[in-house]
Amino acid sequence: MEKMSRVTTALGGSTLTGRTMHCHLDAPANAISVCRDAAQVVVAGRSIFKIYAIEDEQFVEKLNLRVGRKPSLNLSCADVVWHQMDENLLATAATNGVVVTWNLGRPSRNKQDQLFTEHKRTVNKVCFHPTEAHVLLSGSQDGFMKCFDLRRKDSVSTFSGQSESVRDVQFSIRDYFTFASTFENGNVQLWDIRRPDRCERMFTAHNGPVFCCDWHPEDRGWLATGGRDKMVKVWDMTTHRAKEVHCVQTIASVARVKWRPECRHHLATCSMMVDHNIYVWDVRRPFVPAAMFEEHRDVTTGIAWRHPHDPSFLLSGSKDSTLCQHLFRDASQPVERANPEGLCYGLFGDLAFAAKESLVATESGRKPYAGDRRHPIFFKRKLDPAEPFVGLASSALSVFEIEPGSGSMSWFVDTAERYALAGRPLAELCDHNAKVARDLGRNQVAQTWTMLRIIYCSPGLASATSLNHSVGKGSSCGLPLMNSFNLKDMAPGLGSETRLDRSKGDTRSDTVLLDSSATLITNEDNEETEGSDVPADYLLGDVEGEEDELYLLDPEHAHPEDPEYVLPQEAFPLRHEIVDTPPGPEHLQDKADSPHVSGSEADAASLAPVDSSFSLLSVSHALHDTRLPPDFFSALVCDMLRFYAEQGDVQMAVSVLIVLGERVRKDIDEQTQEHWYTSYIDLLQRFCLWNVSNQVVKLSTSRAISCLNQASTTLHVNCSHCKRPMSSRGWVCDRCHRCASMCAVCHHVVKGLFVWCQGCSHGGHLQHIMKWLEGSSHCPAGCGHLCEYS
Amino acid sequence: MAEGENEVRWDGLCSRDSTTRETALENIKQTVLRKTEYLRSVKETPLRPSDGLSNAVSLDGLNKLLAHLLMLSKRCPFKDVREKSEFILKSVQELGIRIPRPLGHGPSRFIPEKEILQVGSEDTQMHTLFADSFAALGRLDNITLVMVFHPQYLESFLKTQHYLLQMDGPLPLHYRHYIGIMAAARHQCSYLVNLHVNDFLHVGGDPKWLNGLENAPQKLQNLGELNKVLAHRPWLITKEHIEGLLKAEEHSWSLAELVHAVVLLTHYHSLASFTFGCGISPEIHCDGGHTFRPPSVSNYCICDITNGNHSVDEMQVNSAGNVSVSDSFFEVEALMEKMRQLQECRDEEEASQEEMASRFEIEKRESMFVFSSDDEEVTPARDVSRHFEDTSYGYKDFSRHGMHVPTFRVQDYCWEDHGYSLVNRLYPDVGQLIDEKFHIAYNLTYNTMAMHKDVDTSMLRRAIWNYIHCMFGIRYDDYDYGEINQLLDRSFKVYIKTVVCTPEKVTKRMYDSFWRQFKHSEKVHVNLLLIEARMQAELLYALRAITRYMT
Repeated sequence: MEKMSRVTTALGGSTLTGRTMHCHLDAPANAISVCRDAAQVVVAGRSIFKIYAIEDEQFVEKLNLRVGRKPSLNLSCADVVWHQMDENLLATAATNGVVVTWNLGRPSRNKQDQLFTEHKRTVNKVCFHPTEAHVLLSGSQDGFMKCFDLRRKDSVSTFSGQSESVRDVQFSIRDYFTFASTFENGNVQLWDIRRPDRCERMFTAHNGPVFCCDWHPEDRGWLATGGRDKMVKVWDMTTHRAKEVHCVQTIASVARVKWRPECRHHLATCSMMVDHNIYVWDVRRPFVPAAMFEEHRDVTTGIAWRHPHDPSFLLSGSKDSTLCQHLFRDASQPVERANPEGLCYGLFGDLAFAAKESLVATESGRKPYAGDRRHPIFFKRKLDPAEPFVGLASSALSVFEIEPGSGSMSWFVDTAERYALAGRPLAELCDHNAKVARDLGRNQVAQTWTMLRIIYCSPGLASATSLNHSVGKGSSCGLPLMNSFNLKDMAPGLGSETRLDRSKGDTRSDTVLLDSSATLITNEDNEETEGSDVPADYLLGDVEGEEDELYLLDPEHAHPEDPEYVLPQEAFPLRHEIVDTPPGPEHLQDKADSPHVSGSEADAASLAPVDSSFSLLSVSHALHDTRLPPDFFSALVCDMLRFYAEQGDVQMAVSVLIVLGERVRKDIDEQTQEHWYTSYIDLLQRFCLWNVSNQVVKLSTSRAISCLNQASTTLHVNCSHCKRPMSSRGWVCDRCHRCASMCAVCHHVVKGLFVWCQGCSHGGHLQHIMKWLEGSSHCPAGCGHLCEYS
Repeated sequence: MAEGENEVRWDGLCSRDSTTRETALENIKQTVLRKTEYLRSVKETPLRPSDGLSNAVSLDGLNKLLAHLLMLSKRCPFKDVREKSEFILKSVQELGIRIPRPLGHGPSRFIPEKEILQVGSEDTQMHTLFADSFAALGRLDNITLVMVFHPQYLESFLKTQHYLLQMDGPLPLHYRHYIGIMAAARHQCSYLVNLHVNDFLHVGGDPKWLNGLENAPQKLQNLGELNKVLAHRPWLITKEHIEGLLKAEEHSWSLAELVHAVVLLTHYHSLASFTFGCGISPEIHCDGGHTFRPPSVSNYCICDITNGNHSVDEMQVNSAGNVSVSDSFFEVEALMEKMRQLQECRDEEEASQEEMASRFEIEKRESMFVFSSDDEEVTPARDVSRHFEDTSYGYKDFSRHGMHVPTFRVQDYCWEDHGYSLVNRLYPDVGQLIDEKFHIAYNLTYNTMAMHKDVDTSMLRRAIWNYIHCMFGIRYDDYDYGEINQLLDRSFKVYIKTVVCTPEKVTKRMYDSFWRQFKHSEKVHVNLLLIEARMQAELLYALRAITRYMT
């Protein structure tokens, strides 16, 4: 900020110096314009009209043009322009419709030169001819543009925009005779200064008023326009019809637009409402501005590049009564704050991830083990040195391929189709769903269903004690048995569920643990029938050895200290009630690091520190827990649902929610429920499971969800004869008074379900057509088409 | 009889499908006849004291039904419904029950019924408009029937109103109607209040709120102040008002909600102006729109009395009008001559800047003294006044009372550049709709003036528009306010001022005494200009305050 900048310009080696600075004006500015020598700027507004010299460190007021006893409306400026050939000549447009010229060379205090009072309404814009010394153009609210020769007292010619207000006029920099004008109704017109009778060309550029336009300083055919519709468009006028070459979407209506000197694709914009910043855009990157100046506290009303060949100095005036000089170097660059990463799923479940190269490098360095399951294919963009943002454009793209089969979601579809959600007693629903889950090899889910059944409909109050034991037991015998199962034996369903997680380094150990816990349940299932005389439904393991009892405590004790254990353990909601004890962290670490190698040693190690000293505690605790009411578990069940939802298995969460209904609903807040429902419905619809999704919508109790069924239930039909929409009734056309939808089989009007062949557009009552198709595959209308119905 | 059976569902009638309408009508007929039978049987049996009350209640219910049927028989755009409802009424009458008949003389008290388009004789374009309006609201209100003089505007008006009240928006439906009630009540417009009370209850509003603003939620109560200032002295709105609403802890408004509310308030303030300015009669099915008394000779509407429009009065005006036909003929001629002169000499003599500035001041000052002579205080009807507080707060002339308020300059904050962008940002699509409506109202012309054709009326329309903004202290730098004095005569100014600032005081005499040779459709056109200019003025002040708050 404080450093001076020294820039050599194309103008005869002279240099511009300065820094980002601002000065306070006495009143809001409406427009600014720079003198040809780039050392002075004029500021005009309703009650201000001053010239400031731009010095290295500050603006210095040089001249106040607002003189006279009584401020007249002629001095209330809407626009100001400084002649680019003659540094003594200025012109202003007044809000009362007067065009005034000023000659700084006049010896008196009052520099006012000429007064043109030809416009009936506010003059919005004045513009000097870029090369001709005496030609001035004005555009007014009354719909007229006037060309003045300063050597004469009145206008030379008048151009009529057909009663629409003119917002901007600009002489073409390259074509001597051409100027462009923009209008309140969205049109842009091109005129030849010699032909005032009609415009050369007209086209609609924007929706709503076009506030401004600017010719490209080098490219003769390019015109940038900005409108109330928040867009900046760049038009190529050299072709027969004006062609839109670029379009930039801003966040507020565009009040001014100015091409940046020496940068072919850059332009600066400011807005007249809401947004106070000035943006410099690269028109080829229409989404993120290349630079942003945030100095102003109210809307910016005028912008000007300080010198026609110097791209680094921008001047601006604002309603907040300040005049600013912005240095491009000091601009904030939103691109830097943008997130240059992209993530996308392919059609077959492949995952593509693009990020800055540097980022990717550090990432992979940090997690060396993330590489084993990843099949990265690297693409590198060939860099085009001419392109902007070169530094940012270098990115790396990695693609993660899914192993064939593992990405299959068939378990999801099967589950969705086979689950029973309502219509039977709770116990039966749970059993049914558990069976479905087990059939699909999703044993953890199956187990959950079984437990839910036990919690909520224990028939003879099958004592909670035994329940507690049994769950514990399950895991206890599971852990030591870990070595007998290797991962290949895992059910395919489970494998696919977890595989995606594996590619993320962070969740890796979780995943592994989850696997193991899931495996141990598989194990239980196998084990549960043998050696136990307790009903298998709610006793998951056998109740024999005391030592086993001790083992089971281990995972619980482990969990509070080591975050990596949290996720998998929630899979066993009942564990929370058991008192925690500190774990042996180093063993856990071992385990996490060598997940595949195997369970047996790691497990043995981690279990070792737990000795019988804890057993008393746990046993007595369990004894206290007899006869718990189902309410007692609701918190746990909710945790469990959240766990499933977090894990991505929102199907489970929603299914349980529906099946349990009132029992848990009150414990989960509406929003979460809604969120689950919407995600599940979305998934179902992606898999075309319309019926299931509809059932879910119907069973949901949340209002926001159940109203989904009521939305967009209207079907619009066009008449098959006259092709007009049938507004009042679906089967008779108002226009041609014919029945549009006749059944091809029974020749009656179809008022209910109408099915038709998309090939020949004959059809009729659903039943009739179905019946017909049993006998023949030709169209019942006799048109000879071989109808196809999906 | 179970209460459920007596419930009549009217919504079936709004359907575009004639069979649906038919079944709905059939159901209504059954219910009505059942009720009638019941009443008759009660009448015949000797009266027991306990029956008296319930009898009265069910009679009341039946009468409401009959009134609604009467409305349908006159105002439904669908012919079958009109005929059938009339038939039902007839059959009820044959059973010996007294049926209602409409009071007043058509949709407007100022405009003779024969001038106004009859339902059933509209062309296809208007029919579509009517059908749309009926389908959306279940009625065809008198405002629509009067506005249909200018179908192009009506379409835009209905679209905007429908969007504001029924489509996506930040405010819940019952809030919207309640805000409408609040706004209309500021001008004691019982017509709009009645309409929206029904709608409010229909969308599930809490009837308790209707007992007064103090029964409504705090959030709406907070809006009361803005409503008051906006309706009468919009130039006093500051960003503190806005801040007060946006930062009220749990009762605070969001910006989007506030913009929605402001648009609704301004819409209903100006609609109240239209209601009074065109003398809209109460709806047939609402109180005061029908009577069960048999027609008698000396019969006039209650509303006419309160407004001092006795039928005698009307006669006088008419006779006066007949006498001065030649006078008023010259009136039009003179006006046109003035317009011509202004057009021609504008380029020749230019007033000095000081002159121009003072002309605005003069016009502003003079507008203060333009007021009708019969300035008696009308106490608002009981049921309307409870919707607003501080009845004494009314229009005070701009800058009459010491306090200096700076002139609002359109060149610094105008609808096209600033207001539109703000509204569209906070309440998408509405900016576009209102913008269209302003445009249509401002540019509407048939190039006619009274009996003359091919007249460019843009100068006259601009004078009216700018005169209204002038009354609100809004100045156009590029307008010569001397034109207003040339083009608008005193009686016209009185009318404009009354309609815009104190609409409840408009009388038929005022309506009749300006522009005597002009057609009613032209007077309605003037009203459209008035209400749109007023709405824009209020919006400009409110939006500027919001902008200032945001920066």
